Parts: sequence; structure tokens; C-alpha cells
Amino acid sequence: MTVGTEHPTLREPDLTRPAVEVRGLTKSYGDLTAVKGISFDVAQGEIFAFLGPNGAGKSTTIKMLCTLARPTAGSARVAGFDVVADAKRVRRHIGLVFQEQTLDDQLTAEENLRFHAVLYGVPSDQVESRIARVFELVALSDRRKDLVSTYSGGMARRLEIARGMLHTPRVLFLDEPTVGLDPQTRALIWEDIHRLRREEGITIFLTTHYMDEAENAERIAIIDHGTIIALDMPDALKASVGSDTIALETTDDDAALAALRADGYKVERTEEGLTAYVADEETAVGAVVASVGVPVRTVRAHRPTLDDVFLHYTGREIRDQHGEGTVSMFARAHGARR
Amino acid sequence: MTIVTAPSTTPAPPIEPHTGVTGELRVIAMVWERELIRYVRTRTRIMSGLIQPVLFLFVLGYGMSGLVGTVGGFNFHQFVYPGVVAMSVVMTAMFSALSIVWDREFGFLREMLIAPVSRATLVLGKTLGGASVAAVQGTIMLVLAPLVGIHLTPLLVVQMICLELLMAVAMTTFGVFVASRISRMESFQVVMQMLLMPMLFLSGALFPLNGLPTWLAFITRLNPLTYAIAPFRQVIFNAQNMSAIARAHFSTTVTWFGWALPMWLELSIVVIFAVVFFVLADRGLSRTE
Repeated sequence: MTVGTEHPTLREPDLTRPAVEVRGLTKSYGDLTAVKGISFDVAQGEIFAFLGPNGAGKSTTIKMLCTLARPTAGSARVAGFDVVADAKRVRRHIGLVFQEQTLDDQLTAEENLRFHAVLYGVPSDQVESRIARVFELVALSDRRKDLVSTYSGGMARRLEIARGMLHTPRVLFLDEPTVGLDPQTRALIWEDIHRLRREEGITIFLTTHYMDEAENAERIAIIDHGTIIALDMPDALKASVGSDTIALETTDDDAALAALRADGYKVERTEEGLTAYVADEETAVGAVVASVGVPVRTVRAHRPTLDDVFLHYTGREIRDQHGEGTVSMFARAHGARR
Repeated sequence: MTIVTAPSTTPAPPIEPHTGVTGELRVIAMVWERELIRYVRTRTRIMSGLIQPVLFLFVLGYGMSGLVGTVGGFNFHQFVYPGVVAMSVVMTAMFSALSIVWDREFGFLREMLIAPVSRATLVLGKTLGGASVAAVQGTIMLVLAPLVGIHLTPLLVVQMICLELLMAVAMTTFGVFVASRISRMESFQVVMQMLLMPMLFLSGALFPLNGLPTWLAFITRLNPLTYAIAPFRQVIFNAQNMSAIARAHFSTTVTWFGWALPMWLELSIVVIFAVVFFVLADRGLSRTE
């Protein structure tokens, strides 16, 4: 049975609209407001990251966008469909990878994918080719017949990403995609994500509390206490908190200060020595050292990181928050033992 | 806000999804298949589903036989056999439903509930899957029939499987409902002990329902399992060569204030029970917060 009675333009995701449109989205649980009227757009084909500490409202937002939680106020459209009025269509056009593992580990990888393909109505004649395709995307083709219980945490996660891609969604939501995984596995997963973005042209919306993970995104929204406090490209965010610096200790700081100022550098005295502000520390460091004119004892070049950005906007470091991350890691390890 | 360059390749063409009845039927079949795959892969479950009824049949059956003796050529273990088969079906059905709690704990329930299919479809697939597994388990028990002197005919086997399926569907929907209301494995075990065991003991599976004290008789009449087990025993006994004395002694009828219920009414009660708990189970599995 096909849905012939409906207007055709309403059925397909609208590619001319942003992949995600959020306006004044709010979610309250009793007295607690987890998300406080946030608004933003995510362009088609973009990699967009929600960066924030645990409890900032990242997961609540993703739940609303995925129709798993009903907004208290405001609206959101995903793939052109309203998350409240058109929840079923939204669900059909999104892929989801949760923080917690959601595979059946008594089934093989392939059986898990076939189950998903049927759930999402992938036509029977396309199921096999599509399964082969997503196995390729995450480089797990040689393990497709294995029980998921034999998979490592990283492999299971990649399988979940493959599964999220199976029904050709327009937007792939990744909630803390690499939490609890070792650095090599995280790198591998990011290779997968970039490959499927490149080859399938999908929009990727992720939440993370890892700075280095957020660096993979084209734009980052920093969320804290349910509000977006900064939203821009990673480089622009870094530039917004200050320029690159080169800290110097010399045998004669006064002479060095004068020499640098004479060469047109913006330099300040600090407790340890001198700090020069430059546009690009990598290319400037040689010239700065050359123009000092006196022997240099130490040189430290620094470019603002997302840590600095986060500190600047929230007044604290993200690494202080561990609670939720530890729990998920435990849940994952627990799941693997099952 | 900044504009971001679009990826160089064109997006994969979206798959035109199957919708409507065909799509939902495929999902039912898939959920059903998953239950069967999981059943076949967990040998311990098959074994544990067999051991307890076998214990009841041989240990309790033969033990009580000495006490009750042979009446009109009929033994207590012959009497208890249908009850024990039913017990095996009921326990397997309830434990199939248990896998929903398992799925919730390990996240797979979320994968199912987020999918663009109706919840009733998932519950139906789950119910049919659990019921099939339970009926298979009950059918395995048929091999014990000759050992206790129960004579099987092809017609009887068909009747038994049909009744096993009905009983299994009813108990799986009930189990899914219970599972939908609890979120932790530990509480499920407690609920099973407090619900399943009393239901089995008060269902006439292990002793005849006639001649009980009034209060006990009353409770057994409130138990839906009573109405699933009585017809099961009736079709089995009808296929045996039983003397009139044996029939009177090992009565199979359920009475309401002295009125013997016809089989169709007993079966209707089971069907209504199944439908009610199907609806409740469907409502119980909530998708959103």
C-alpha cells in the first residue's frame, strides 16, 4: 500500500530548507528547565556539534529533535518536518546513534541491520545492497556474520553508525558518539563519519563534551545551562577569545621589549617575561625570536584552544564534569559483558 | 551565521520506504523472527523451560500417584500431564515477555520504539514471537506423553497445539503488559514469583478444581489461567479411553455456582483476557517523555 492520497511535496524531505531549524525550543521537567528557548539552523550537509558539559541540555535537545521528547515550548523542524506534528516522518528521515548501545548482541551484525531495514521500511529488493553498502562505510564487511556479543565497544559503535545510515536518512544524530572509547577507536569513528558525510552527503548533528571531537565539526554551538552561549566555526570561536601569543623569557627583558616594539610587535610584560600577540604563532615565532636582539631563554607559542573558548564563555573548564560520561562508559562496558 | 560549503558529491537518493499494511506486516514477521532466533540461540532457556515441568510431572506426578492411587485405571500423573504441559507453555510465554525488560535495560527497546512503525505492530510481533516459542516448547513436551500413558492422536496433537498457541498468546500479552510497567530486571523476577507461581498453583494445573474449600474455589475461578487449562485438559482426556469412574474422579470442568462452563465460554474468557492485556501492553510502552 502506498500513501497516494497525500500531497507528494509533503512526503519527501525538503532539500531547499535547512536540515534542522530550531526556534525558541524549550523543555521543562517540572520546575527544572533543561533547555531554555534555543534557536539555530543546521545547513544541509553540515557537520554541526553541540558542545557542553553534562547536564547542559545537549541530550534533551537531541531527544526533542528526534521526537523522543515533546518540547514544552517553541518549534523544531528536521528534514523539513515538524517534530511534533510530523513525528513519524521525522523518524523516517533521521538516523540515530544513542549514547547507550542499542544493538541486540544475541543477533549477528547483519541480523541487526536487517531488523533495522525492515523497521524503517527499506524495500526488500534494496535491503541486501544497502546493508553491504553501510558495512563498507564503516569497514566492517568482514565481520558481518559475527554475533554482536563478540564485537568490541568501538566496533559496536561503528555498527550502530552504519545502522543509523541504513535507511538513507537526511540527518544523522550522534549523541556522544565516542564516549568511553580509546583514542584510536575515536579516530577511526571520525574517519567513518567524514567518509559517510562525503559519500552520502548527509547532515551530521552531534553532541559531545570532548573538545577535540568538536574540532571535527564545521560549526559548534556551545551550550551551558540550557542556553546556547556561542555558535560559530571552530576557528572563529577561537579567534573570538583572543589572538595567538608567544611568551618569551630573555636575559634582558627590557631590551627585548624595546626591540620588539621597534619592529612593530604588540608586546606586554608579564610576571615571567614578555608576551607578544601575533596573528599566527606558527609563522611568527621565528621572526619574533630573531627581532629580540638579546639571548632568548625560553619560547612558548600558544594558540587559543576550544578549552580556552569554553573557559572564556562559561567561566569554567569542561573537564571538571565527569559524572555522566563515567556512567555511560559503565553502561557500555556492562552492555558488552551481557 | 556562517554559510558552510556543501559536500562535493550529491546525496544518495533517498530510499522510497514501504509504508502501510505491507510495511507493518514485514515488521511483525521480523520481530517474530527475532524471538525465534533468540530462542534457538539460548539453549539454557530451552533446558530450563523443560526441567521444571519434567520435575513436576515425574516427581510430583508419581509421588502423588501413590497417595491418590489409580481410579478406574487412571493415574494422577496422567491427570497432571496436561497441567504440566500448560505450565511449560505459560512459563515460556512469560519469560519471552521478560525479554522486553531485557531489551529496555540494554537499549534495543529504544531502537524498536523510535522506528516509524506503530507500537501495536511491535507488540503484536513480540506477542506472536513469544507465543510461537512457547507453543514450540509445549509441543516438545508431547514426547513425554507416552511415558506417562497418555495416548496421542494426530487430531489431538493439532488441537493441543492450537490451544497452546491461544494460551501462549494470552500469557505473552499479559507478560508484555507486566514488563511494560517495570523497568528493572530485579523487579521482574519478583513480579514473576508473586504472579506466575500463584497463577499456576491456583489454575487447576496440578490438582482438580472440584471439591475445594469455597474460598479457594473462588480464587481459582478468578484466575484466567483456569479457563485456559481446563479446555486443554478436556481435549486430552476426551482422546483417552477413560472409564466413567475416572472421568468423575478426575473432573475437568470448571463450575460457577454449580453450573459447568461450556468450552466455548472458557476459550472466550481467554481471548478477552488476551485482547485486554494487548491493549494495556500497547499503552504501557510509551515512546516519548
